[in-house]
Amino acid sequence: MALRSNPPAEPEAELPEPAAPRAGAALTGRGLRLGYGSRVVADELDLAITGGRVTALVGPNACGKSTALRALARLLKPTAGVVHLDGTDIQELPARALAQRLALLPQTPTAPDGITVRDLVARGRTPHQRWWRQWSREDELVVDAALAATGSAELAERSIDELSGGQRQRVWIAMALAQDTDVLLLDEPTTYLDLAHQVDVLELVVGRNRDRGTTVVMVLHELNLACRYADHLVAMRDGAVVAAGPPAEVVTPELVEDVFGLRATVIECPVAGTPLVIPEGGRRVGPTGG
Amino acid sequence: MSPMRSMSSVSPKGPTGPKSPTREVVLTLGPATARVRTRAVLTVATLALLAFAGLVASVSLGTFAVPVGDVLGVLFGGGPADARLIVLDLRLPRALTAVLAGLAFGLAGAVFQAVTRNPLASPDLIGISAGAGAGAVAAIMFGGVTAAGAATFGAVPFGALAGALVSAVLIYLLAYRGGTITGYRFVLVGIAVNGALAALTRWMLARADIDQAARAMTWLTGSLNGRGYDHVRWVGIALLLLVPLTLALVRPYQLLQFDDDTARSLGMPLARARIALLLLATCLAALATSAAGPVAFVALGAPHIARRLAGTAGIPLITSGLVGAALLVLADLAARLVLDPIELPVGIVTGAVGAPYLLLLLARANRAGRGG
Repeated sequence: MALRSNPPAEPEAELPEPAAPRAGAALTGRGLRLGYGSRVVADELDLAITGGRVTALVGPNACGKSTALRALARLLKPTAGVVHLDGTDIQELPARALAQRLALLPQTPTAPDGITVRDLVARGRTPHQRWWRQWSREDELVVDAALAATGSAELAERSIDELSGGQRQRVWIAMALAQDTDVLLLDEPTTYLDLAHQVDVLELVVGRNRDRGTTVVMVLHELNLACRYADHLVAMRDGAVVAAGPPAEVVTPELVEDVFGLRATVIECPVAGTPLVIPEGGRRVGPTGG
Repeated sequence: MSPMRSMSSVSPKGPTGPKSPTREVVLTLGPATARVRTRAVLTVATLALLAFAGLVASVSLGTFAVPVGDVLGVLFGGGPADARLIVLDLRLPRALTAVLAGLAFGLAGAVFQAVTRNPLASPDLIGISAGAGAGAVAAIMFGGVTAAGAATFGAVPFGALAGALVSAVLIYLLAYRGGTITGYRFVLVGIAVNGALAALTRWMLARADIDQAARAMTWLTGSLNGRGYDHVRWVGIALLLLVPLTLALVRPYQLLQFDDDTARSLGMPLARARIALLLLATCLAALATSAAGPVAFVALGAPHIARRLAGTAGIPLITSGLVGAALLVLADLAARLVLDPIELPVGIVTGAVGAPYLLLLLARANRAGRGG
């Protein structure tokens, strides 16, 4: 029996080279019928997610945007239609192979009680491990990098139960980053966070896209933040795509009224130059999904 | 053995230095690596020693006390002849059955609680033990078990095993929906099945004659009285198969303690893993119950105790099994000695210790909003 050890870790010395930006994988859904049991949420839904870009799915509550995201991640099997990841039908990929290429952060993930930040982030390496290869030098480096990228390194030995909402969300994102995928899907990553932490999380995710070319798709509630941080908006209502394109082209008072049933003025954001939606308030117009 | 060097791979890098560092060691063998936590290893080693100490004490103490030295001598193949008789023929099979059944109870409880993500899920509450009980009582009443044969290996373990498996199949069929079994449905259906089978058992008891009813009641309380090498072989051989299978699924076991979406997006074939683990836990629980009776609390309490001891995230699997083994062998020892010469069924001891613990647990679960 020959047991030998890895070379000793040199903590500060080496983080992984910033990987050459990969053209993030493209995701397309065609003719999707999605639902739960007999309830159909969306039918004949087409979605096109450009590789290497940040896409935000927006729309009123219950418009089917989270359902669409779950279908893109294969968490929900469409009863009709097909989702392609760079041309491959995702239903044909083994679970592990898909998880090596696509990560999803659910809206309210739960972890075993008492898990430490480092352990949680290390779980992101699962699809790259085998039962006989539980931990490699690369795992170590990627986890360190994910902790550093999310500013969570100093929390590494804390239990996630002790963290604030903003810290905890960063740690979950670190886990998704440690999965080291071409595609990152996030379901309402800013829910329950105050504005400063919302901005914080979005800058983190967009930074990942800029550095690595990771394809990012996120469901967002806050339209102005979506305009600010997404390259591409997909506006949905009643399980259908109403408009899609760059925020500056898509977001108009007519669209806001059509999708959200909200009368609004759209101006140019003085900071970023992106569309800024100012609600006019008053009576809601038009029938929309509640 | 070649010399082994180990690497301490995790050192906190914060400016404050190590506060409570998670000490762990990465073992490497060619391309294979394993991460091992020092505290977890120490806990496992301590518990294994405790279970062994319980076994030795259980064999040593009793109406005719055998000195510990003689017990160890006999266990390692020597010892005086009279000690050999008492140890090997009279006491060892019972103590071994306790250790093995306790191990199975502890593993089953850990898997049930982890996979259903419910800290109260255990075979005694979700119908598996009730199925075993109904099967055993049926075997006692209709299986031709005579008073003389009651203490030997007969129809009762088979009846119990069959009853537990039938009730498990019933729970699976009723809880199966949409290609998988959710933990919540599994627990609720299990509680319903538990009630129905308990009623069936009571109906049979009401029709039984007094001898059969007395034997059935002893069995239903959980007792290790009169266990022989047949029981040891029965449990031991099955564990040789079930334990490696369960340990092989330790990674899915850990991931199932996350929410479904997270587990699946980490590449876990969730539906298959959950059903496989629930089946293994069912077999473990059914096996333990068939040998020791539906002993209260061990499967429920062992994972909770193990978690406190190991200090890991989630429920430690191996530690839970060893806690179960130590608990059952020590409880059986207490059951023999507390009111000596009257021997209590072990289920009374575990129940008396476990009930207050369960109440505490319920109170906490309610505070955390999980108790329903």
